[in-house]
Amino acid sequence: MRKFKQKFGFTLLRISVAIVFLSLLSLVVFICLKGFKVLNLSFLLEFPRRGMTKGGIFPAIVGTFLLSTGAILFALPLGILAAIYLKEYAKGGKLVRMIRIGINNLAGVPSVVFGLFGLTIFVKLLGFGVSILSGSLTLGILILPMIIRTSEEAISSVPSSFKEASFALGATKWQTMRKVILPTALPGILTGAILSIGRAAGETAPILFTAATFYTRHLPKSVFDEIMVLPYHIYALMTEGTKPELQVPIAYGTALVLLLLVFIINFVAIIIRARARRKRKW
Amino acid sequence: MKKNFIEKLLPIFASLSCLFLFGIILTLFIEGLPIFKTVGFFEFIFSKSWHPTYEPPEFGILPLILSSLWVTVFALVIAIPLSLGSAIYISELASPRMKEILKPIIELLAGIPSVVYGFFGMVFLAPLVQKIFNLPTGLTCFTASVILGIMVVPTITSLAEDAISAISKDTREASFALGATKWETITRAVVPAASSGIVTAIILGMGRAAGETMTVLMVAGGATMIPKSLFQPVRPMTATIAAEMGEAPMGSAHYHALFAIALVLFFLTLILNLLVDWLSSRRKR
Repeated sequence: MRKFKQKFGFTLLRISVAIVFLSLLSLVVFICLKGFKVLNLSFLLEFPRRGMTKGGIFPAIVGTFLLSTGAILFALPLGILAAIYLKEYAKGGKLVRMIRIGINNLAGVPSVVFGLFGLTIFVKLLGFGVSILSGSLTLGILILPMIIRTSEEAISSVPSSFKEASFALGATKWQTMRKVILPTALPGILTGAILSIGRAAGETAPILFTAATFYTRHLPKSVFDEIMVLPYHIYALMTEGTKPELQVPIAYGTALVLLLLVFIINFVAIIIRARARRKRKW
Repeated sequence: MKKNFIEKLLPIFASLSCLFLFGIILTLFIEGLPIFKTVGFFEFIFSKSWHPTYEPPEFGILPLILSSLWVTVFALVIAIPLSLGSAIYISELASPRMKEILKPIIELLAGIPSVVYGFFGMVFLAPLVQKIFNLPTGLTCFTASVILGIMVVPTITSLAEDAISAISKDTREASFALGATKWETITRAVVPAASSGIVTAIILGMGRAAGETMTVLMVAGGATMIPKSLFQPVRPMTATIAAEMGEAPMGSAHYHALFAIALVLFFLTLILNLLVDWLSSRRKR
């Protein structure tokens, strides 16, 4: 009876893993099968034509690239500096406790609320308008907690003997930080940064009212221009426009491109992390 | 020791997260509170019709709150067994090789953008649901819950797996020494010992589900009625904000009402987050 119970229990566990695995598989396979039909070089390199019923998604690819680059340029320096403070300089106490609560809660704010914040502050108050700049800043704030956390972990994983050796050589705290700790923690920080880029590239709700537009004829000329982006393009193709029979295939292609992009980004991050772990000698 | 310029500024950089959080709260209050000049607080929360474009407009968000609640709860009904099953399997049964395959898969699943899940729900699951249950539309509360459930599986699984793996070997060995089978050890010793970590994982998953926007916007159907059945279209709070913000004239009552919805949503997730903070600080002690 106890053996039977165990067998039954283990079977349930295996079934749940199988269901999770199969859902992932069906999503990926389904989008690949339908998406590869429209995917070719001109789909990637052409502008959309005839009110989004023909042509490619080039401006959306460029837009996604610009937005996530902007977000990481904003968030990475801030995130690393915050992590350095929390791990190496802060001495505990009220300020640190408050900062931690701030980071944790910022990470839990629903993405659409970031969109409203960006709309009020960047688009309206600071007058950046619906633009690359507003969208990048909004996405930057969204990924900041993730960058701080991964950078903190990376800094923590540097053995304290490294630090002590550096101090023993007469280095100051800041020199130790710059010349010893940060270089050693770099692969970990990089992994977090790359994962955050993937997150920023896939987010839709925060840029709905801060950066994205349904259709543009030209590439952006400055950071104050609005842009097309891949995730919003999928949403727009599915919900706006008048010719679904022509738009849905393009949406499949766009979803496939976005999926591949995010998978490649994640894959690179996983490889960097694995290589850094193997190289580690301490 | 003398500090250089950057070192002096470090605390300020670190506090920026707090500043942003504070900015978000302030924004929501400033832009959201004016709606209470038009409708009373209780009327806003508890009245049953949301028709912001009618003349006169009606601003009752109860259907939206209930929609969010239904979708979140049913998403968890799907996600909790799958996630805990997977987490236990990965930490207790899987061989090291299997672990190395499964963990990246879970990470990959977490990396899929929500709009792709929403798209998949629209083109794959919704037609299926419509056919199987013979419904007028496949975009229903049920469809959204299933997709949302799959979406939060990675969040709950990876955190629960961490909590279960962190239980010391002693707990397991003590249980084996008492003659327990592996299954009994898992269900009576390991999982109870990891319970606070598992609860934390579930609450975080719940916050994720409640705050998710694109999936529910695309798949839930968007009807602003009090949900009575799982197979009817619903419109959660997040979807309402995303769908209507573009149309609401700036500074109008509708505009302020959408910010007020965000305020309600923000405080719901804030409560969940503070609960997680409290649980994990208690666990450390």
